[in-house]
Parts: sequence; structure tokens; C-alpha cells
Amino acid sequence: MSDTATNRVINRDAMTVSDEVAIQITDMNKWYGTFHVLRDINLTVNRGERIVVCGPSGSGKSTLIRCINRLEEHQAGSIVVDGTELSSDLKNIDKIRSEVGMCFQHFNLFPHLTILENCTLAPIWVRKTPKREAEETAMHFLEKVKIPEQADKYPGQLSGGQQQRVAIARSLCMRPRIMLFDEPTSALDPEMIKEVLDTMIELAEEGMTMICVTHEMGFARQVANRVIFMDAGQIVEQNEPEEFFNNPQSERTKLFLSQILGH
Amino acid sequence: MSDTHAQTVRYVRETMLPEREPPLAETGVIKWMRENLFSSWINAILTIVSLYIIFVVLSAIIPWLLNSVWDAESLTECREILAAQGLSSHDGACGAVLTARWHQLVFGYYPSELYWRPILALALFLVGIAPVLFANLPRQMLLVSAAVPFVCFWLLWGGSVWFPVMIALGFVLGYLAMVLVGKALSPLAGIIAAIVLPILYWIFLAGPLAAAMADVIPLRIEEVQSRAFGGFMLSVVIGLSAIILSLPLGILLALARQSNLFIIKTSAVVFIEVIRGVPLIVWLFTAQLLLNYFLPRGTNFDLTLRVIIMVTLFSSAYIAEVVRGGLAALPKGQYEGADSLGLDYWQSMRLIILPQALKISIPGIVNTFIGLFKDTTLVVFIGLFDPLGIAGAIRASTEWNGIYWELFVFIGLMFFIACYSMGRYSLYLEKKLQREHR
Ligand SMILES: Nc1ncnc2c1ncn2[C@@H]1O[C@H](COP(=O)(O)OP(=O)(O)O)[C@@H](O)[C@H]1O
Ligand SMILES: [Mg+2]
Repeated sequence: MSDTATNRVINRDAMTVSDEVAIQITDMNKWYGTFHVLRDINLTVNRGERIVVCGPSGSGKSTLIRCINRLEEHQAGSIVVDGTELSSDLKNIDKIRSEVGMCFQHFNLFPHLTILENCTLAPIWVRKTPKREAEETAMHFLEKVKIPEQADKYPGQLSGGQQQRVAIARSLCMRPRIMLFDEPTSALDPEMIKEVLDTMIELAEEGMTMICVTHEMGFARQVANRVIFMDAGQIVEQNEPEEFFNNPQSERTKLFLSQILGH
Repeated sequence: MSDTHAQTVRYVRETMLPEREPPLAETGVIKWMRENLFSSWINAILTIVSLYIIFVVLSAIIPWLLNSVWDAESLTECREILAAQGLSSHDGACGAVLTARWHQLVFGYYPSELYWRPILALALFLVGIAPVLFANLPRQMLLVSAAVPFVCFWLLWGGSVWFPVMIALGFVLGYLAMVLVGKALSPLAGIIAAIVLPILYWIFLAGPLAAAMADVIPLRIEEVQSRAFGGFMLSVVIGLSAIILSLPLGILLALARQSNLFIIKTSAVVFIEVIRGVPLIVWLFTAQLLLNYFLPRGTNFDLTLRVIIMVTLFSSAYIAEVVRGGLAALPKGQYEGADSLGLDYWQSMRLIILPQALKISIPGIVNTFIGLFKDTTLVVFIGLFDPLGIAGAIRASTEWNGIYWELFVFIGLMFFIACYSMGRYSLYLEKKLQREHR
């Protein structure tokens, strides 16, 4: 994947990391049937941290972040999000999901609802926000992702980049404290990647806690304060971006970086 | 590419081309006919043969209809009138059977001074169904729609007003049970309570309660036995009730079949497979003969109602499978999108999954309904007077002994109109939803 660095000046000062723990994963293991997909994952994410997860395809990156909002169930170890431990209690799960926003590779917008309805649905039904207020919030975030004029269209009428920005706005409307991104730009044409990354950078500048699975190394360098490299279901290496890219320690990381950076 | 073409390889466009009209092709009837009817020798021959067959069929039917006798007391009289015009009995229809007996074909043996009741019921039904079929009508009308089935029931069967009221209360009870028990214990317990409590209530409490209320406030209209129901009225009553009841039931079954709760899933699978695997006529005989054994002693459960229940269960199994197809066609991402926003199961089903799954399933659902409506004619075998049963009765009478074409053509035409309208509505709905979502 290419190095699509944005040429904007990034305000790193605003991106403060607090001592407060947002996500605590301890000795987490997951199997698909007998296939051991995640092995002894330990990860602590503080509030305000921006973490980029990378690694070869099939290494379990998606599975890892999907465990955080329990789209996938883990079988051993614990995951504590915002002080709530993920268990099979449905009430806990719905609570965590409404606090943790997620953006998918294929956007997963609801094609039968307009952009505005996509954004107001969860606030109205989950948060019980009055409709008017939800619409105002939705318009606010659609303006933020720079597509307020598309509010009355259906997702099918928008370009991929626009759809992904709507998906981000839709998550933001729930006012999440943590955002998860699963390869948000890998289904997009090159000229649309930048508009989505810009939106994500803006979020980072506002101090959002973010975990992004992405191969956009420019984004990682500019925004992340930690890069995690995964392989075969394990965290193989994690480091600050500059160190990670300039001085990778493990052989696997070196190989991976040479494959995606060098050609 | 060779060197001689080098100058054509290097090329820079200096002026952009303007948009142009498409070439004016030959248009009109002649072109259409050439493309569609006479595009080759074989097609030309097939066209001519088909035209000939159509001509033969129509030249037999049209005079038969045009020469029809509409005013006669019996088949013999009809034939005499035709003979007086120098026509044989094959040259003209005897539409008089329809003018003389239309009320039976439409209402069966319903008392003629009470015809206003089914007519009013149909009118109310149309009012009630309008907001369901056409989304641009005010949503408050749906409250009327909820009351209509019970009012229609009362109008059709008559008797004390308290009986339908108590039945309706059962649904309210079920809803309350689902909400309250669901909140207090678990959603699953809520669903079970919502099914079990109303059934117990209907079997043991509804009857005595209705009787008690009738003693206090006797509000009743003349009762009509359901053996008096017949003709298209019977088909429409059975067909529409089953259609309306089987859609929600089928949707619930489809969801149950997808559930990861073992008991719910297994019950749904067993129910669907057993119901689908046995012919409807067997279920109708079951309704006629067996169902009474399972009900408490003394309850004389109306045969027409039993048939409605059976037909409903039967078509709900088919609807469940059609809807399951729609559910399976949705990308997994839709479920995940809904989940990731924190919507609970029922919210994501109602707001995200079902609207899309049902949209995909519309053709299949309407197809099932059309089949169901035509299958209502099977009730003739358990002694109910559907249009075919009435036709049989008319042909058994001394006046009309020996007539058949006229009756069956009429019955076929009525069914065709009903089923064709359903098909058109389905197309309208598909087009409308397609416009909306793209
Ligand atoms: N639902 C599933 N059932 C079984 N195996 C799965 C499932 N989802 C993913 N896998 C497997 O788990 C591994 C990790 O998948 P994933 O987390 O999607 O990897 P990544 O996102 O890093 O490409 C892959 O080998 C994949 O084939
Ligand atoms: Mg992935």
C-alpha cells in the first residue's frame, strides 16, 4: 500500500494522552472452532491514545478489534472497556456498543434509510434522543465530515469516500468515547482515501481514543502514538511510529514493512 | 505497432467533442413488427400459426358470450330461447344462471336481509388495509386497522359484541406480557409469556368473561351460523384472514429459525417442516375432524374459524421460508452495522433487517398469498360452500342441472381478478421501494 501522507500540518499538541485507561485487554484468547485465532493478547489503551494495528492479512487484526465491541466473542481472558467488563450479559454489551463507535471496511450503511436517517437512528432508538435534537446532532457531524448537502440522499447515491465519511458521522452521532476503524480506506479508490484520512485526523486532533487497523503508513506516522504489529494471532511488536518504521526489531516486522513500503 | 504508424500513436486532442444526438433509427409499428414478430423465417411462421390459433379460440368464445341469454328461469328455458333464435345450445352462453344465482355465488346462504353486513365489513376492511398498503396515508390510521379485524368478525358472525372484544383483549394481554415479563426476566421469557398467556386466556377465560359481560350489557346483533357462509364471501374471509395472520406469524417463524436459542430454533424448524410436508387438504380434514378433540369439552369451535387457523398455519410455514431467503440474502455487514450502534435484537430486526429482507421477499410473499387464496377452494372437500361448492349446489338444482361452463368461467374470472390485482400490487410495491432506495 502506498504512503498517502496528507500534506496538512497536524496539530499533535492537542492530542494529549491521559493516564485514564480506556480499554484493558488481559490474556485474551479466541478460537474459531479449533483454530486459535488470537493468542494471549495483552493490550492497554489509555484515553486519548491513537493506536494503529497492522500486520499481514489473516493475522487476526479485525478479530481483535471486533472483540472490543463484542461483534466477536472471546473465550479466555478479559476485556474491560470504560470500566465495564465484556461478558455475555446483553445489557453490558449494548451499553458498550453504544459507547464504542465502529467503522467497517465496507461502510455497512443502511441502504434503505437516507443519510440523515442512518445518522439519527441509533441516537433516537438507543439513546432515546428526541428526533429534532438527533437531527441537529446529525447535521452537525455531517458538516464536520463535509457532506451536509447529501443528508437526504440514500447511501447508494454516494461515492465510496462519501459513504465512509457518513459511516464515521453515524458513529459520532452516538458521541462515542472510543472509535474503532477496521481498514476504513482499503475498499476505496486512491483519490478518496485522503478525504477519509483527513476526517480521521481531525478526530484524532480532538482527542478521540482510536484504534485503527490500517496499512496507511503515512497516517500511522502522522497520527498514531503507538503502532502494533500482529502476526499469526499475536502481538509481535509495538512501538512509537518513528521507531517502529525506522528501527523494527522483529524479523517478521522487517519483512512485513519491506513488503508494504519497499517495492 | 510498426514505425509507419508512429504519428498516429502520438496524439493530443485539441478540441473536446460536443455531445451529439443518437442516430435517428427507423421507428414505429413496422420496425417493431419486424423486430419482434418477423425477425426470421421461423419466427414469421410461428407468428402466423399463433395468430391462427388465437383467431380460432376467440371466434369460438366471443359469439358464445355475445349470444348469451341473460334472462331465463332455467337451463331448459335458456335453450329454448337460443333455439328460437336458430342457435344450438353450444352457440350461446346461458348467463342467466349468473343473474339468477349471483347472490349465492357471492354470499352463499348468508341471510339476504343481512347482506349489508359483509358488504360493510369489506368496506371497513378496505379502509383498514389502506394505510398498511400505501405508506403515504397518515400513520394514525393504523389504529383503525388494528380494530378492523374484530369489528369485521363481529359484523360477519354477529352475536354478542363481547366475544370479539374479549378475543382482542387477548392480544393486548400478549403484548403486555411480552413487554413486562421481557423487562422483568428475559426477552425469551417475554416471548414465551406472550404466546402462552393469551392462549390460556382464550381457552379458559375469554368465553366466561364474554358471557358475564353480555349479561351485564347485552349488546348483540343477529347471529349467523358459519354454515351459512359461502361463495366468494367465504373465500375472501378465509383468504384475507389467513393472509393477514400468516404474514406476522411467518416472519416470527423465520426469525425463530435463525435464532441461536436451541429450543426456539428447533421448534420453528419442526413446525415449518411438518406443516409444509403434509398436503393442505390433510390439514383441512384435521381441522374438520380432529381439532375438536384437543379443545376443552363443550367448546363448539366454529368450523370456518378452524379452517382459517389451519390455512394460516399452512401458509405461515411457506412465508417463513420465503422470508428466511430474504434474511439470508442480506450481507452480514447489515447485522454488524446495527449491532455496532448498540441497537438491541428487536430494534435491529424491525428497523434494519426486516425492512430490507421483506423488500427482497415481496415477490415470494405475494406468490404465496396468491397460492393461498386459490387454495381456499379446497374447503369444498370438507363440506364448506366455497364458490365451487355453490356451483355444485346450483348444478344439482332442477332448474340448472347440466350447466357448467358459465359458472366455472365466472368463478375463474373472479379468482383471476383477485390474484392479478395482488400481482400488480406486488409490482407496484417493488418499483416504489426500488425508487426509494436507490
Ligand atoms: N467467522 C470466522 N470463522 C472462522 N474463521 C475465521 C472467521 N473470521 C475470520 N476467520 C479466520 O481468522 C483469521 C483472522 O481473520 P481476521 O481477523 O479477519 O484477519 P485480518 O483482519 O488480520 O486479515 C483468518 O485466518 C480468517 O480466515
Ligand atoms: Mg481484516
